[in-house]
Amino acid sequence: MASALINVPKKAKRGETIEIKTLMSHIMETGYRHTAEGEVVPRDIITTFSCRYNGAEIFRAELFPAISANPFITFFTVANESGKFEFEWTGDRGFAATASASITVE
Amino acid sequence: MSPTGTIVVAALLIAVSPARTAEIPQAERRSGYSFMAPDTQAIQDDDTTNPGMLWVLDGEKLWNNKAGAAGKACADCHHEARASIKGVAARYPAFDKALGRPVNLEQRINLCRTGQQQAAPLPYESRDLLALTAFVAQQSRGLPIDAATDPQLEPFVAKGRELFMQRQGQLNLGCTNCHDDNWDKRLAGSAITQAHPTGYPLYRMEWQSLGSLQRRLRACITGIRAQPYDYGAPEMVELELYLMSRARGMPVETPAVRP
Repeated sequence: MASALINVPKKAKRGETIEIKTLMSHIMETGYRHTAEGEVVPRDIITTFSCRYNGAEIFRAELFPAISANPFITFFTVANESGKFEFEWTGDRGFAATASASITVE
Repeated sequence: MSPTGTIVVAALLIAVSPARTAEIPQAERRSGYSFMAPDTQAIQDDDTTNPGMLWVLDGEKLWNNKAGAAGKACADCHHEARASIKGVAARYPAFDKALGRPVNLEQRINLCRTGQQQAAPLPYESRDLLALTAFVAQQSRGLPIDAATDPQLEPFVAKGRELFMQRQGQLNLGCTNCHDDNWDKRLAGSAITQAHPTGYPLYRMEWQSLGSLQRRLRACITGIRAQPYDYGAPEMVELELYLMSRARGMPVETPAVRP
């Protein structure tokens, strides 16, 4: 499984806006490059990212070849209840990775 | 103006013009970090935004994985890395008695692989070698660089220094012409830094990857249109050794982030 770095605050006040940061290890090969022999290097990118908060999807992104290697995706949400954030990345060549983080809302 | 006056003016000019090709005074030494924009510095400072940490995580897994015919993991001999290899990277490149010359951290890891683990050496710049090197070096983060103190290394440091001062390539430049003489200026919009390798292996945005000091050196040598040395060449290790001796006392930043 590819390495991922997740930054979700451990604690938050109810109704507080929190920032979530995710960094996923991936080469993001564009599919536009050629080898020295002239062969196309096949595209190998992450195509979708999603985040669920206690089961409900709160964020989704589509990724494209112009996005850098090791995509860093950050977004905001409102902390309503204690629970779990589940992150999912899928991409070319059957790439699939998941990660999760817990939050306590007081 | 009288001839005597001309001589006096000329003598004054020589006296006030700064000495060229001299090493940077201790008090003026800076890490590449201090040349970066605050946004880039922030990426390095936070372990959840620093992409170099992805390699450190991979390296930690590899540290505990058994490899080779001996069926041993790094952890089987070195145990808990946080204690056993703390400060090790700050002393590399170090003298290897069996080889009679200095080896860098990557070579040390591969010597362990071929000798102790009886495994195939990892290729230079491969993800696994970078990951293991980054994991080992990260254990020294914050500690002062203490390389090139071994008296046996003296001739090799001297050779490295010679290479650093030597003009070469179609542009006829030596490392020193930029990194000692012009570090306060810019080259095509980028800061010219002082050649203090405090954070290797490091994540370069330009590379979109972690890379070694040797990769950086090869890029510089190609930039002055000279023929770069191969990865692991003795000249490369001597250059690394000299650069680390320049940075002695500065804190290790691995895994650093650079533009």
